Amino acid sequence: MEMLVYLIPVSLFLGGIGLVAFLWALRHRQYDDPDGDGQRILRKDWDDHPKP
Amino acid sequence: MSSYAPSVSACPACVAAPAAETIAALRADKTAGLVLSLPTAHCAVCISDVERSLSAMPGVQSARVNLTQKRVSVVAENSVTADQLVSRLGAIGYPAHELDPGLLSVTETDRHGRDLLMRLGVAGFAMMNIMLLSIAVWSGAEAATRDLFHWISAAIALPTLAFSGQPFFASAWASLRARRLGMDVPISLALILASSISLYETFEGGRHAYFDAAVSLCFFLLAGRYLDYRSRAAARSAAEELAALEVPRATRFADGLESVVAVAELAVGDIIRVRPGARMPVDGIITDGESEIDRSLLTGETLPVTAAPGGLVSAGEVNLTGPLTVRVTAAGRDSSLHRMADLVAIAESAKTRYTSLADRMARAYSPAVHLLALGSFSVWLYLTGDLRLAANIAAAVLIITCPCALALAVPAVVTAASGKLFRKGLLIKDGTALERLAEVDTVVFDKTGTLTMGALEPVGLAHHDKADLRVAAALAGSSAHPLSRAMAKALDAAGIVPADVHSIREVPGSGIEGVWRNVVTRLGRAEWVGAEPVEGTATYFTLGDAPARAFAFTDQPRPGAEAAVAALAAAGTRIVLLSGDAEMPVARLARDLGIAEWRSGQRPEEKSALITEMQAQGRRVLMVGDGLNDTAALASAHVSISPASALDAARTASDIVLLGQDLSPLSDALRIAGQTRRRIKQNFALSIGYNIVAVPIALLGLATPLIAALAMSASSITVSLNALRLR
Repeated sequence: MEMLVYLIPVSLFLGGIGLVAFLWALRHRQYDDPDGDGQRILRKDWDDHPKP
Repeated sequence: MSSYAPSVSACPACVAAPAAETIAALRADKTAGLVLSLPTAHCAVCISDVERSLSAMPGVQSARVNLTQKRVSVVAENSVTADQLVSRLGAIGYPAHELDPGLLSVTETDRHGRDLLMRLGVAGFAMMNIMLLSIAVWSGAEAATRDLFHWISAAIALPTLAFSGQPFFASAWASLRARRLGMDVPISLALILASSISLYETFEGGRHAYFDAAVSLCFFLLAGRYLDYRSRAAARSAAEELAALEVPRATRFADGLESVVAVAELAVGDIIRVRPGARMPVDGIITDGESEIDRSLLTGETLPVTAAPGGLVSAGEVNLTGPLTVRVTAAGRDSSLHRMADLVAIAESAKTRYTSLADRMARAYSPAVHLLALGSFSVWLYLTGDLRLAANIAAAVLIITCPCALALAVPAVVTAASGKLFRKGLLIKDGTALERLAEVDTVVFDKTGTLTMGALEPVGLAHHDKADLRVAAALAGSSAHPLSRAMAKALDAAGIVPADVHSIREVPGSGIEGVWRNVVTRLGRAEWVGAEPVEGTATYFTLGDAPARAFAFTDQPRPGAEAAVAALAAAGTRIVLLSGDAEMPVARLARDLGIAEWRSGQRPEEKSALITEMQAQGRRVLMVGDGLNDTAALASAHVSISPASALDAARTASDIVLLGQDLSPLSDALRIAGQTRRRIKQNFALSIGYNIVAVPIALLGLATPLIAALAMSASSITVSLNALRLR
């Protein structure tokens, strides 16, 4: 059972990374337009040069 | 969606100039955000087209399409109006409408929604971690290991509950202070009691801790709360919108001097001037000048009426062709526009507050839950004398009866239904609108702008001589009169190039005159042009000595109007057409669409009174309308729908906005509303059934954290899946 000393912090840490990623995504409006984001990658507008 | 530009040809520049300066001064050179609804956008090409063409417009800084919400947000200088953006998009084939800023605050800048989502995310994270630890406990972890797991669970659960549970605690506290027992009181009690008893058990090294149940309870409830929040919109008062239509300034004429004054300063008997293209600021009598007046916003009449000295005008009407001098008979509070706003305010307050199914349920539920928990606590305390056991059982009862599924039952169904209707082109503004829509047995339609497109279009242009059409296009293009504008637009669309007509002048109240190849040509009223009037709406045209010809106009029915009316009639709904327009066009439309019951010449208060009367007879009325004259009726009806092209005030007063041009989603809406109501009731039955099974287990003291967690998740998931069955 000594493994728990490592495993529990590891699992909490990994979960914490997920939580931080979620909070980041929320703050940066990543969930505002899921349909549009899916379609936007199909555009050819900025294929030749990046969006200024 | 039209704005009347002052027509310079007929109006001396001096009349228009002061007003223009005021407007320019009001609009400081700042940027503003505009949001347009884009019902037909659906793919990557749409995004590119819309963004590229809008960004290319002068003054527009950025444009971004949101495909999920079918909207485009534009950041532009204040000089750019929504109308310009809409016409630009219309030109490239995307119908668009400006949306109410109040409606947008719900999804655009929703700090509240983001806040709920964040609490939901934190609760979800904590729930999964605690569940992992709990599985070890359920599967038989003993002694020190179990205690360690309980301690870790507590370390995660307590901060999570303190953060994620805040919405419930806040609203429970608010309802307690108001001496009411809302749904949030048992929820907060369950969360607090469960976590404090579990903490105590953890201290004592006890076997049962309900941290997992408390956190997952919080998670499911937040999910329900978030869905509920999304389907409810900020309802702004329609009466305020109407007041905003009032003109702030007027040009007063006194002692031979003109001065621009605030409308509030005008008194009965003052003489004011109203330039062409401006709205009447007051009620009054015309003392000088000839013009035509557009009353469509107030009465629903499609045709402008002639205005001559002695004629009466009302606040809110638009002066079209010539400057008018008006003697004030009623201003401010007494003006007809204000009376209409009062009418709407009365209708809004008189509208019996609809108690949603969920509210009715909660009203019975909360006291029952409290009594049950208190009862089980006292009985167990009396029987065993063990305070710790009794408290444990009371906490288990509270957790098991907690309205988890109940809180999800309505929002999940309403969200699924709103999503379905949104894809069909209907925007639900109010969460209870669907429930009310399901009860509807009578539909009242307005005519102009609702069953019809609300815009007159010339018919049979192809039968006329092309040279005539070119001259007519030149004349029509120089006037702001609705018929002229419709004609100029139709001719432009037909590819007719305006002829080189010179000396064009507009004769107020009569028409437009010009000279083409040394021949005088006229476009206007029958008697002025010298033509025989024909039946229906028409404008007349002469060129030199040639006989006058008539251009006939009709107001086209909205696409899908006939299908919608037929589908509603087939479903056994009573259909009524109420219009402020004259008898003939109303009768004709009623005949064309197959509506048996119709009334013409209805004033706004008559419309509203008729709906109130029908509701008093026990009928549930759906009002579909778009004009200022419908606003009171929209507010007094059981549920109301307005097209996106309607006036702001009408859209604000209505519960559902029709985004597209097509009326046919109307019958779908009624059908889906009926399904929604059935699903909600099924969901209630499901969660009550689950309580009937689970509550006795808790009362008998047999509930373990495992049973609580299983029952809670199972019921929440069943309820959500049932909501998704909506077709």
